[in-house]
Amino acid sequence: MSITLGHYLTVGAILFALSVIGIFLNRKNLIVLLMAIELMLLAVNMNFVAFSHYLGDLHGQIFVFFILTVAAAESAIGLAILVQLFRNKSSINVDELNTLKG
Amino acid sequence: MSQTLQTTNLLAVPLAPLVGSVLAGVFGTHFGGNWLGRRITHSLTILGVLVAFILSAQTLWSVAVDGARFNETLYTWMVVGGLKMEIGFLVDGLTAMMMCVVTFVSLMVHIYTIGYMEEDEGYNRFFSYISLFTFSMLMLVMSNNMLQLFFGWEAVGLVSYLLIGFWFNKPTAIFANMKAFLVNRVGDFGFILGIGLIAAFAGTLNYTEAFAKTADLAALTLPGTEWMLVTVICICLFIGAMGKSAQFPLHVWLPDSMEGPTPISALIHAATMVTAGIFMVARMSPLFELSDTALNLVLVIGAITALFMGFLGLIQNDIKRVVAYSTLSQLGYMTVALGASAYSVAVFHLMTHAFFKALLFLGAGSVIMGMHHNQDIRWMGGVRKYMPITWITSLLGSLALIGTPFFSGFYSKDSIIEAVAESALPAAGFAYFAVLAGVFVTAFYSFRMYFLVFHGAERYDQNPDAHHDDHAHDDGRHDHTPHESPWVVTVPLLLLAIPSVVIGYFTIDAMLFGDFFKDAIFVNEDKHEAMHGLGHAYHGAIAMAMHAFSTAPFWLALAGVVSSYYMYMINPAVPAAIKRACMPIYTLFENKYYMDWINENILARGARALGTGLWKGGDQSVIDGGIVNGSWKLVGAVSAMSRQLQSGYLYHYALAMIVGVFLLMTWFVWLK
Repeated sequence: MSITLGHYLTVGAILFALSVIGIFLNRKNLIVLLMAIELMLLAVNMNFVAFSHYLGDLHGQIFVFFILTVAAAESAIGLAILVQLFRNKSSINVDELNTLKG
Repeated sequence: MSQTLQTTNLLAVPLAPLVGSVLAGVFGTHFGGNWLGRRITHSLTILGVLVAFILSAQTLWSVAVDGARFNETLYTWMVVGGLKMEIGFLVDGLTAMMMCVVTFVSLMVHIYTIGYMEEDEGYNRFFSYISLFTFSMLMLVMSNNMLQLFFGWEAVGLVSYLLIGFWFNKPTAIFANMKAFLVNRVGDFGFILGIGLIAAFAGTLNYTEAFAKTADLAALTLPGTEWMLVTVICICLFIGAMGKSAQFPLHVWLPDSMEGPTPISALIHAATMVTAGIFMVARMSPLFELSDTALNLVLVIGAITALFMGFLGLIQNDIKRVVAYSTLSQLGYMTVALGASAYSVAVFHLMTHAFFKALLFLGAGSVIMGMHHNQDIRWMGGVRKYMPITWITSLLGSLALIGTPFFSGFYSKDSIIEAVAESALPAAGFAYFAVLAGVFVTAFYSFRMYFLVFHGAERYDQNPDAHHDDHAHDDGRHDHTPHESPWVVTVPLLLLAIPSVVIGYFTIDAMLFGDFFKDAIFVNEDKHEAMHGLGHAYHGAIAMAMHAFSTAPFWLALAGVVSSYYMYMINPAVPAAIKRACMPIYTLFENKYYMDWINENILARGARALGTGLWKGGDQSVIDGGIVNGSWKLVGAVSAMSRQLQSGYLYHYALAMIVGVFLLMTWFVWLK
């Protein structure tokens, strides 16, 4: 049984679904949330690479680099915000972070 | 035309009293630091009015003898579209006569005030007001356009308001001045509508220009209706005249205006301001001549006022109120003359009335001073002995008022009655009856007052409301006995008595049958032949007076005098018996036909109820409750619901985003 495009896409979808579930189910830790977002981006990257190989078009893989760069920058900023948040509130518990409540 | 009338002289006529008024008002009161004493204040204002009077007399001379005329615009205030708003003077016979009457009576009243207001704290303020009144009235009569007429009209109304409420500590005076102001607003509303219609359809406010277009106006109807435009204009203007000249049903303010000091009752509420309406209708005669409907209305209103207001004078006990109702009745006579197209007769009566009514008022004021501020004629009597000058001048005034032959009032009043008899309008029959019956009534109440005040037993100490005011103690005289007034009071009385007696005899030729008013008053003689008939029957002043002895008005007047003599001098039980016999009528008169009751309970209360309804229903519930508060409540309710969406939890926002993405993708992939 050879590995087809469908398999790759399935893995991507599973990863994406996992990350989405991670966002919702996670009620404790903001770091898990950031990790779930990273995972989501990786799931997308997986699709890009799979399609790129399947279609023989390198543009998809170039795009993956861009996404990785942006994801790195984003996690850096996310972690920096997280540190500041912890300094202010002494907590990174997602359930306690509801000051935006209307 | 105008070479003999100098602009500067004419300008000085109204401006001299204005300067006096401003100086007295600013520097003679608290406002400017009380710089001017009483003596300087009254000298300044009297000087101002004296200058105005001399220049007015000179103007009258030029107009009457040299035939000079003046009609120029002196200052353009503004031009809006094609409508010019200007200040200018029109001097012809009518204006010159009015100027002289106003300044002469005003001068007399100024001098009289020195005596009458001697003890009053507001002495300087009073002088400032009456000079301001003189200025306003002069601007009104000298105007050559309707805007300036309107401004003068409002200004005299304002001064009237200020002077009725001169004793502003007195609640009745404040009530009276508010009433006068409000009732006059009703009239002024009609007046300004009339002026607005003229401006809209004739395109000008200038008299000469507007009257040149009467032929065009006559052909128009009010847009959207079948009514003749001229009729509507004339009725609107006449409503203004009704307010100012206190014609039924807008007369209610005039009797109450007697709350003010007596000199202004004489000047404003008898001689000059209240005749502004008569003057205005006479000035607008080219318009009124076009509308028989309006003239009939004028006749009816005038006749009602002349007769029914006279009735009220019969039962009044306040000396000033008797004279006030007499003024109302006489204004009704003038209005009747206007309605009969005898404008010059109305203006003639205006002039004679100004003299003898000012005289009667000032005489009444002199009596009030002599009686230590008792105004109730039931507690007077026998004053003749103590106040000879007041007595003789009041007698002359009363004789003039009832139309004794050769007195001025005779010529004017008899001419009015004759003119109404000659008039062919449908309402003339009723008006003729009213003015004829009015003669008897006038004679009766005038001499009732005269006998009660000047003759009979002395009843000074029987007044149940008698109060020993400061005045009685100040002059160191015996408390109740009257005393003759000082010369500043008696001289004006004497000076007013002279024209009251003779002016009719000397001026009737020129004013009624000459061409003194030729270019000021227009009468369409083909349609309204009253003046023509009057001229036909007229054979000189003496012949007219001689002829009077064989006519009804003279005998009616005589009957009035005799019956009042009988009832109040010989058999005082008769009035009480009549009163008992006619109790319902007496009650009706006592309550002034319930006009005040209707005004206060139906009109005022209705207006207040309407106002309260609009306030509570319209303003509070719809605007405040519905629109203002409703909008914030709606926004609040919507946001109260939508804020539930904002839980503040990140995962809720994330869910919303993802659900949104899925929905968009679903739409994009399958439905697009």
